[in-house]
Amino acid sequence: MSLVAAAQTPRLHLGALFEAIVDWMTANLGFFLDAIGLVVDQAVSYLAAFFAAPVIVVLAVIFGGFALAWRGWKVGLAAFVGSLALGYAAAAAHVAPQHVLALTFGIIGLALRGWAFGSFAFLAFLLIDAMGLWDPAMQTLALVLVASACAVALAVPLGIAAARYDVVSRVLRPVMDFMQTMPAFVYLIPAIFLWGVGTAPGAVATLIFAMAPGVRLTELGIRQVDPEVVEAGEAFGASPAKVLFRIQLPLALPTLMAGINQVIMLALSMVVIAGLVGAGGLGDSVYSAISRVQIGPGFEAGLAVVILAIYLDRLTAALTSRSAVVRAQAAAAR
Amino acid sequence: MPAAIRAEKLNKVFGDTRAVIDVSFEVQTGEVFVVMGLSGSGKSTLLRMLNGLLTPTSGTVYVDGVQLTGLKPRQLREIRKQKISMVFQHFALLPHRTVLENAAYGLEIRQVPKAERRARAYEALEMVGLSGWEDHLPTQLSGGMRQRVGLARALATGTNILLMDEAFSALDPLIRREMQDQLLELQARLAKTIVFITHDLNEAMRLGDRIAMMRDGRIVQIGTAEEILRNPANEYVAQFVQDVDRSRVLTAAAVMEEPVAVLDANAGVQQALRVMRERQVASAFVVSGDRRLVGVVRDEAVAEAVRNGADSLHRLMNPRDVVTVRPDTLVTNLLTPSAQSPVPLAVVTDDGRLRGVIPRVSLLAALGNGYHIEEVDAEEVTAEEVPS
Repeated sequence: MSLVAAAQTPRLHLGALFEAIVDWMTANLGFFLDAIGLVVDQAVSYLAAFFAAPVIVVLAVIFGGFALAWRGWKVGLAAFVGSLALGYAAAAAHVAPQHVLALTFGIIGLALRGWAFGSFAFLAFLLIDAMGLWDPAMQTLALVLVASACAVALAVPLGIAAARYDVVSRVLRPVMDFMQTMPAFVYLIPAIFLWGVGTAPGAVATLIFAMAPGVRLTELGIRQVDPEVVEAGEAFGASPAKVLFRIQLPLALPTLMAGINQVIMLALSMVVIAGLVGAGGLGDSVYSAISRVQIGPGFEAGLAVVILAIYLDRLTAALTSRSAVVRAQAAAAR
Repeated sequence: MPAAIRAEKLNKVFGDTRAVIDVSFEVQTGEVFVVMGLSGSGKSTLLRMLNGLLTPTSGTVYVDGVQLTGLKPRQLREIRKQKISMVFQHFALLPHRTVLENAAYGLEIRQVPKAERRARAYEALEMVGLSGWEDHLPTQLSGGMRQRVGLARALATGTNILLMDEAFSALDPLIRREMQDQLLELQARLAKTIVFITHDLNEAMRLGDRIAMMRDGRIVQIGTAEEILRNPANEYVAQFVQDVDRSRVLTAAAVMEEPVAVLDANAGVQQALRVMRERQVASAFVVSGDRRLVGVVRDEAVAEAVRNGADSLHRLMNPRDVVTVRPDTLVTNLLTPSAQSPVPLAVVTDDGRLRGVIPRVSLLAALGNGYHIEEVDAEEVTAEEVPS
């Protein structure tokens, strides 16, 4: 027996262990996983369908709701009635739904950032349509929004828990490191096992990959809040919930929004990869362009992703700068 | 009536450090109780045990007779809402809310209706002199103004107890004095029970009805400013008070002496001369039967009157010679009168009775480190005063 052979490290089959875990989950959590898959699937396909052919009343409700929250009920009502009238007028005039939506995205951009961004958004979304990528782009947008919403819904409570309890923070940190740095493709394999090919594995893999910055920045934001201000809340008799919702979260909001921005950007980068497992959308377009070595369609699909990314990024940034804390800081600088 | 706050054998241990050790005291209703100590002396920890932000490791706190220790979090919050407000070193205002909303914060927590909340916050802001700033954001205000918002927030709740944690320490000296004056003014009107934490002894002496000196977690002395200045409990306190501006703490009553040469208004000049010679003084105060101050006579005038055969003291008294001060006049305000008066200052009560006298030499001795005049070696003083 040679020395080299004797010194060899025994082969550990961690992969087999992981496989066993996935197998166990498939066998025992089938109902639960199916439910998740179904919900995610339905949400994405509803949203994608809405983006492909918007329901006028829903659009009007959304616009009305935002205007109501922003400027009070009069403006809200006006926005509701106005968008309802405009929507039906557009439908009567047979304006393509893509154009209505492009205009909608433009108006949202205009309301949050101003003319330049509003017109950019309108033209950029028209460009997506002109490249013949409207449906896949909207499917990607739907997938990103659903995955990001789920990721944020999970990340913010986890971040709050981590900020409050050091133990949670210590446990979560390596888990987050793991989730964020594990090559994204790897998530797709068990996801296919658990949900089969389709939207659900893509969305779940996306949300796992994208969640980490949401947790981290929520925790950071809350921990950065001046402890004296938190103490002031407690000293005046505020309950922990009031301290959290009236003091910690509002003051952590800029950091928290930066986290949400990161979540959305990571989700967007992931959905293209998710195209590999049949999540559809622009990922599909990119993937088929790669497999057929078509430079043109690949570039177009990539450009559409870039447009979505810029739009979502600037929008979340605008939301952040509208938060009361940021405005207070701006007022101080004046 | 129970004391507003009573602390019994409080201890607080963080890990290996004992932050507060065996601290007991009582704060009476309407009193300004200052806890004075350097950083790390445990004073902030102590303050936070008084409203239950920190739980004592052992010992008990009573607020208005209610024992805080062992209360459930909900009950503790109720006590804070109803009885105790707090003012913070770095103001601890919510940056995204207006001055008015900040001032109303305590009431918001108590779920006071919005209209009443606004009205009371307006009122509190007016008390601290911030009318007209309601719609500004805290970031647009200077430090002093921000702390006024902090004070208004505490006052708006209407609680009887105010905890002030180094409330003026972050302000520059001029603003700090202004804030101290304002607090004293407000306190004269509102008569709150205030526990004030500071590391600034001059501040402690200005504000405190009583002062607790803290060192390394223990209270080393509790007393009025004068008591601490005059009888420091140990070397540490003595060294500490060494640099205090005594002239702003000590009052006329603290530095005055028994008048050694007092004459009855009916006394004759012969008697006056004899008394002054016996006591070796250059002047004597003249009082009526009920010790009301009538005037002062000086030795040259008396001697001349004896030579001229005059008898009554009344003609010898020059009204311009007598400078009277009240017992609570601060020493700092005695300096000019003392310099101008040819005779010792007369300390006179409101009803005109002579309480004591302040010769220039005792004033100077009081300002020096060794307050205890009786301990000053008389020979030494003479040696210094007589030019060789």
